[in-house]
Amino acid sequence: MEILVCIKRVPDTSENEINVNRDGTDIERDDLVYSVNEWDNYAVEEAIQIRDRVGGSVTVVTVGDEEAEEVVRREMAMGADKGILLSDEAFNGSDGRGIASIIKAEVKKGEYDLILTGAQADDGAGQVGGMLAAMLDRPYASLVTSLEVIDDKKIKVGREIEGGNLEMLEIDLPCVLSIQTGINEPRYVGIRGIRKTASAEIPVCGAEDLGLSPESVGESGSKVKRLDYFVPDSGEGAEILEGSTDEIVGKLVELLKARGGIK
Amino acid sequence: MARQVFAYIVHKEGVADDTAFEMVAAAKRIDPDASIAAIVAGTGDNLNGVCNEIASSYHEVWKIDNKALSYPNAEVIRMLLVRILPEQGLIIIPHDTFGMDLAPGLSIKLNAAYLPDAVDIDGVDENRLKAVRQEYSGQVSTHIVCDISGGAVITTRPGSFKADETKRAGGQIFDRTAQAMEGGFPETGRRFIGVIEAEVGDVDITKSEILVSVGRGVEDKDNLEIVFDLAKAMGGDVACSRPIVDAKWLEKSRQVGTSGKTVKPKIYMALGISGSFQHQGGIKGAPFIVAINKNPKAPIFKVADVGVVADMLDFVPELTDKINEMK
Ligand SMILES: Cc1cc2nc3c(=O)[nH]c(=O)nc-3n(C[C@H](O)[C@H](O)[C@H](O)COP(=O)(O)OP(=O)(O)OC[C@H]3O[C@@H](n4cnc5c(N)ncnc54)[C@H](O)[C@@H]3O)c2cc1C
Ligand SMILES: Nc1ncnc2c1ncn2[C@@H]1O[C@H](COP(=O)(O)O)[C@@H](O)[C@H]1O
Repeated sequence: MEILVCIKRVPDTSENEINVNRDGTDIERDDLVYSVNEWDNYAVEEAIQIRDRVGGSVTVVTVGDEEAEEVVRREMAMGADKGILLSDEAFNGSDGRGIASIIKAEVKKGEYDLILTGAQADDGAGQVGGMLAAMLDRPYASLVTSLEVIDDKKIKVGREIEGGNLEMLEIDLPCVLSIQTGINEPRYVGIRGIRKTASAEIPVCGAEDLGLSPESVGESGSKVKRLDYFVPDSGEGAEILEGSTDEIVGKLVELLKARGGIK
Repeated sequence: MARQVFAYIVHKEGVADDTAFEMVAAAKRIDPDASIAAIVAGTGDNLNGVCNEIASSYHEVWKIDNKALSYPNAEVIRMLLVRILPEQGLIIIPHDTFGMDLAPGLSIKLNAAYLPDAVDIDGVDENRLKAVRQEYSGQVSTHIVCDISGGAVITTRPGSFKADETKRAGGQIFDRTAQAMEGGFPETGRRFIGVIEAEVGDVDITKSEILVSVGRGVEDKDNLEIVFDLAKAMGGDVACSRPIVDAKWLEKSRQVGTSGKTVKPKIYMALGISGSFQHQGGIKGAPFIVAINKNPKAPIFKVADVGVVADMLDFVPELTDKINEMK
């Protein structure tokens, strides 16, 4: 099975306090810790496990700047066979549709049976996979938490719906799936593993290589644009307890007692 | 002429989802004078029940009735919608597990803009729809403009728009089945097999009055001990956010959120939980929420009643000791 996994380099929100810059045009990026989008790790792990069961190869692809190469290397260290970086100034400011059409151009160059994306990335849109599938006219299922290959034409998947229930589906290949966390336990990659992929060649393709006209992607091709970043007035918000730890613990215990929170 | 805005109604067992009434509010934020039409797909009595339930909230209700729609396969629904929606139409869909499945592909097939997971809408200026989204797990917000000249698919976050209770639209129900089925029932490479219900676990957190809930901030499985100790001291149960279940540190039946359990305790202690909307979606009944988090920007502080900015690994044992001391 030939599998393509779409990955994105994002600021790690569990590690970082995200702040808006002074004029609201972006977030403060100086001290951010970046990593692979959490969901994409599960997608790559799933792809590797499928390949190890039924054969074939795993390619990871990302649309990003040159720094995005590091996440491609990381996922190759996990076990992906190939990595591709799609990078061009013309791609800057692409909306979801733009990213999907860039990836589509790359997909057309290969013969992939299965394309995996993460369920969502840092802006929480959850759009690239579904758009890509529609552009390719292939079946799509989102939020997949179980996957079984039936034969080289069909797979059976479970997609997680409200309340943790599973919607079971049979899907024809080739198809596109978005992968939800929890489907597997992504393997750990240490520094040594990543070092091993340091010399692996990662082809870089731009708009021209992909046969894309620069106006069709990037800022000019986008129907959706960000005006600014801001932190909303949180209205009430929590009463933040201040003081020494002892004082805070004391206040909190009183509040909990008053609410019947200590039985 | 008044602008027409469509809303796709999610329903289950003959009852419309809360989002059915939230989307009315969202449509009015796009245009206060909009003519708002609901689209409901399903079959039989359940379908008719939903249509009647929402008719007073919508100007029009378009129903699509077919036995094979008793469970909504998003790929099928997408093809039906492409057949019945007018060109350059605007359609609102809930940003839930169904909407996430349907909406991105729908926007491509309609050649329309896609505005996902809107939490607020500021209205339309010419062909520019302005809305608010959140990014980075809700730590910052953005204003978005969306070119709707070619139509738009908009998903709205459940719970973000206050349900419209006016119920004076006096909606007429139109059967659009014939139009939707023109060319036959849609064929797709994705077939629905069935639904497997989530497993029940050893504790039922939906019944707990006091929940001590733990998130990724606990850092390590071994540290869960301090969480159980606090729950014991308070006489409550331990719940958690999704990453704790993904890591297999606690069973799925303890997960709070849209893809977990909906809980309604009196006290909810959120320890090392950022407060994503999917997590918040599982907390009902306005409990007294205490958040303990080392990041003062964590969204949980916006919904909590009381907050402590601290390392939970240091703070929680101190709190437990104090409670035990008092007893
Ligand atoms: C379709 C869908 C459904 C989902 N359903 C659910 C669901 O049902 N339930 C759910 O919970 N999530 C759900 N999620 C996932 C959700 O989007 C978030 O990823 C998840 O809620 C984050 O969990 P968290 O707050 O524990 O982790 P994080 O977002 O990583 O937050 C960890 C927090 O801990 C703090 N922290 C770190 N170390 C410490 C310390 N030592 N002391 C104190 N604080 C610390 C950090 O500042 C941070 O705020 C769903 C996602 C999708 C796409
Ligand atoms: N720039 C990108 N390059 C490659 N894949 C991406 C990119 N952006 C998004 N994706 C894929 O689409 C998924 C969902 O992201 P999004 O639609 O942005 O929420 C991610 O988990 C990735 O698999």
